[in-house]
Amino acid sequence: MTSAGSGLTLLQTCALSLLVFTGASQFALVGALAAGGNPFTAAAGAFFLGVRNAFYGLRLSQLLALPRGLRPLAAQWVIDETTAVTLAQPTRRSARIGFTVTGATLYVLWNLTTLLGALGAKAIGDTDAWGLDAAGPAVFLALLAPMLKTATERAVAGLAVLLGLGLLPVLPAGVPVLAAALAAPAVLYLEGRRRGGARADAREDDER
Amino acid sequence: MNTWIAVAATAVGCYAVKLAGLLVPAGALERPLVKRLAALLPVALLAALTAQQTFADGRALVLDARAAGLAAAAVALVLRAPFLLVVAAAVLVTAGVRAMGG
Repeated sequence: MTSAGSGLTLLQTCALSLLVFTGASQFALVGALAAGGNPFTAAAGAFFLGVRNAFYGLRLSQLLALPRGLRPLAAQWVIDETTAVTLAQPTRRSARIGFTVTGATLYVLWNLTTLLGALGAKAIGDTDAWGLDAAGPAVFLALLAPMLKTATERAVAGLAVLLGLGLLPVLPAGVPVLAAALAAPAVLYLEGRRRGGARADAREDDER
Repeated sequence: MNTWIAVAATAVGCYAVKLAGLLVPAGALERPLVKRLAALLPVALLAALTAQQTFADGRALVLDARAAGLAAAAVALVLRAPFLLVVAAAVLVTAGVRAMGG
């Protein structure tokens, strides 16, 4: 959508949306190219923003249990939105349906809006004035809330928010979110230590 | 030509990481600790992403109408409002605060 104004052709803009299909990476690439960056540095920045999809894949492969042959096809749809929807499903069947429907819908809509945007169709004015930029995080919040069942999940989410926001001004785009992923191993480690400590205390009690 | 190189490199790289996650053999994820970690990673990533979409303007942290919208969504969630109502609350409150010049 922003790419038409930064020197990408219609074909390049649409190819980017169809082949990359990770919003943040696309915007980063277009921004870097518009700023006159060389193609490899620009691609590296976009790549960083896409790395989190690998972590999503780890969890999705457990939840979806896809046949090997389907995985290369499903891979293109492994993004923030499909992961959030899939994780919120109670059963494998609904997880598969959620992943497929979200993936297909977003893929079609995303590429359609890219095409329309690149063709120069005027958007519905300033979407920010309608508050629509709050819809994205609100959807994530609604999908995330039921996952925060135990203290562990809440601690991970809380620490991730602190890391993601705290590192935002100091690290290049895409890296703060990856750094926030460290909240997961950090909380697991602390939890393990506390449990280990509790066990040691119990042993001391026994000896007394 | 340079642009095509960048588009191709990004497409290949982004697809490769997506596929990599899916192709990790199930056996490698059997260990309880790895399983716990794989389950908690998306929670961390999505939480950080939600916070950034609410409080970030480029690389600066800002407190604007979106924060009010997300607060409204959080209240709606606590009140067990249905999904669409939660999102609608965020959008309406954000638009409202902006209309008032916030």
